[in-house]
Amino acid sequence: MGARGVVSRLALAVSVALLGTACGQSEDSGAAQDSAISVYGTEPENPLVPGNTTETGGGQVVDALFTGLVEYDPRTAEPTNAVAESIETTDSRVYTITLEDGWTFHDGTRVTAQSFADAWNYTAYSPNAQQSASFFAQIQGFSDVNTQDPDGSDGPQEAPQPAATEMSGLRVVDDLTLEVTLAEPFAVFPTQLGYSAFSPLPEAFFADQEAFEANPVGNGAFRFVSRQPNANIELTRYEGYAGVKPKVTDVEFRIYETVEAAYSDVVAGNLDFLEIIPSSALAGNLYQADLPGRSLSQTYLGIQTVTFPLYDPRFANPDLRKAISMAIDRDAVNQQIFNGLKPPADGYVAPNVPGRAEDQCGELCRFRPEQAKALFDSTGFAGPIELTSNADAGNTEWMQAACTSIGNALGRECRFVPVPTFGEFRTAINAGEMSAIYRSGWVADYPSIENFLNPLYRTGGSSNDGGYSNPAVDATLAQADAATSEEQANQLYQEAERLVLQDVPAIPVYFQSVQAGWSQRLRNVTVTPFRQLDLDTVEVA
Amino acid sequence: MGRYVLRRLLQLLPVFVGTTFLIYLLVWAIPGDPFAGKCGDRLCPDSYVNAMREKFNLDDSLLVQYGKYLANLVQGDFGETFSGIEVSELIANAYPVTLKLALVALVIEGVIGLVAGVLTGLRSGGFLDNLVLVSTLFLISIPVFVTGFVLQITLGLWWGIIDPTVSAEATIPELIVPGFVLASLSMAYVTRLTRTSISENRRADYIRTAVAKGLAPRRVVGVHLLRNSAIPVVTFLGADLGALMGGAVVTEGIFNIRGIGGLVFGAIQTKEGATVTGVVTLLVIVYLLMNLLVDVLYAVLDPRIRYD
Repeated sequence: MGARGVVSRLALAVSVALLGTACGQSEDSGAAQDSAISVYGTEPENPLVPGNTTETGGGQVVDALFTGLVEYDPRTAEPTNAVAESIETTDSRVYTITLEDGWTFHDGTRVTAQSFADAWNYTAYSPNAQQSASFFAQIQGFSDVNTQDPDGSDGPQEAPQPAATEMSGLRVVDDLTLEVTLAEPFAVFPTQLGYSAFSPLPEAFFADQEAFEANPVGNGAFRFVSRQPNANIELTRYEGYAGVKPKVTDVEFRIYETVEAAYSDVVAGNLDFLEIIPSSALAGNLYQADLPGRSLSQTYLGIQTVTFPLYDPRFANPDLRKAISMAIDRDAVNQQIFNGLKPPADGYVAPNVPGRAEDQCGELCRFRPEQAKALFDSTGFAGPIELTSNADAGNTEWMQAACTSIGNALGRECRFVPVPTFGEFRTAINAGEMSAIYRSGWVADYPSIENFLNPLYRTGGSSNDGGYSNPAVDATLAQADAATSEEQANQLYQEAERLVLQDVPAIPVYFQSVQAGWSQRLRNVTVTPFRQLDLDTVEVA
Repeated sequence: MGRYVLRRLLQLLPVFVGTTFLIYLLVWAIPGDPFAGKCGDRLCPDSYVNAMREKFNLDDSLLVQYGKYLANLVQGDFGETFSGIEVSELIANAYPVTLKLALVALVIEGVIGLVAGVLTGLRSGGFLDNLVLVSTLFLISIPVFVTGFVLQITLGLWWGIIDPTVSAEATIPELIVPGFVLASLSMAYVTRLTRTSISENRRADYIRTAVAKGLAPRRVVGVHLLRNSAIPVVTFLGADLGALMGGAVVTEGIFNIRGIGGLVFGAIQTKEGATVTGVVTLLVIVYLLMNLLVDVLYAVLDPRIRYD
């Protein structure tokens, strides 16, 4: 490390000096008026429509193009009003949302209550086939606009035509007032409103969707300029923005084929921001030497777990699941595989999430080999323990390490059997055909303890792939949803979390963390809990 | 000659249909549903999956799918990706870049390889010969990604002579280092081929005759020797252009060149059948045309070869 560190630092000094002399002039002259920055991106997997974008490549562009009723604090993730002036409710069921006057779309048209109602109805309407439709499931009348395919997407039957095109729970009172009635009380609804699926859409979208996809029109701090597939997406500051105007004038999301190439560009000063450090630079924390004072590592709203396929009767005994949880040496995994960058999980909810409580998991998430062995032996589990994961996203090392730890502690062979691609992996999970304990990750859509529980552990939850079901948990979650205050709701969610943890349908392993690096030009860099550069506050030196 | 070329061009048709069919089949033989991992750790809504399956004819049998694809292709419609971008636009962006890179690589390997080959072939056994022998052995034994990363880190990060990656415009000067990386392996082969060919032909009867006739050494080497020694090298170079275009995945990844290598690689991973088939079909055509060109060049180089 010593010699290499010196060499790389020397090399860096030389290259910085060379770069400085080479492009010093052009940068000095343009710095004041023109502060364009470039940010690492991946090719969006869908057209840039908020209700149909769920992955990060398109997500960070959509987030820059659109501003919702609510936005999240870039440091604490606490929701604050953006387009909304106030969101009021007395029973957590009927919400009266008043919009701030003066917000406009990039084509100059006003943002009204109708812009939100139209957008939400469009996304929820099942024939429009939007990925984020289920986010509106709480709104009254959702089942009238969104019908399920009776035999799933593989079956021959088709979903019936929905009875209505608009949800009855959405009422536009006037230009600036929207009344939302939910089917059941849901205290976290105001927090949810900051998720991109709840963005407004301009009339231009409904007039000509193809033209919109080619040239998206939002109401966010940046407007769309151009896009070259597989190369870049360029945005520029929207001068008519009603919120706090960003300091930088232009943003280019530059698409890279490999993270390694992007990293080289950041080190050389060709790319301004990168939120993934390749494993070659994470080894021995080399990136901290390559980018002195220009990198950070922090947790975000993600957790890594391993889930039991509970539809397989072999995993039905909770003692078995507890034994395996206590057999994983999370600290060793963190230190040896991740250089201490990914803290061991002590519950199902990631750090910094509003409503989170510390150490919910307690003893069950600590390394207790003797206890684990005794518990395991009492279950009479036959055969080797098998763990599986997709092998295309850098999960094999820690899964292998966890497996070794389990095998050593329990005195039973543990096999790690990876599946080549994420697509194959998800196909088997979706079909309910897993026969091994499998890796499962979760990154929150919106910052609330609720988002870590309802979708994952409620009976029939949208991501409850393991088939976990506990009536007591369902009842507590329903009670929490119906709470009238956030504090009361959070307490009930915490109680539900403890209940789930006693059943261990999934083992919390570690909290996800982001390692970001940036060029010498950037000042005041904040990485949001959503793993994005905060474009509103970043500055160019 | 004209009839020969025509016949060869007609042979392209069955090859074209066969390759597109095989590639189409292979893409869908990759296990996993393309929409299974589309919504992350969440199940995609049925309505979304249904709509996409219908849009891309995935509910039809493979033969019907292929038929529909081919019918569109004949009309010049390459289809679109799952994210709604025309495949023809992707190809139009990526092909020129890869072609430029391949040509730069071809020129580098041709010029350096031929010069080194001729010099060592004429003076086999000397210091230069041994030096080239060792250095080509060195090049052949290093995988392309090692050459790529080493040059990127030394030239790009340490000395700052080049940018570590290539911009979206991919100008020729930017492509010289990536081209060198891509060409490095073939360059070694060209050198060795030329050297062997030259040193063998140097002892051939016609060279002795030419020298005995009293021709100037320059003419003996430049016309008689080189022209006859060039045939295996030209064959190699011709076939290599196709290989350079298709084999640039690694080089393009290292230098972030927006060419077809990365396009195909990404498309295979996401099971974008239309993109893979479109790009690879065009590659096959380039390959076939290059082979035809090489065969025609034979006749030019060696008057004894006749095709009619």
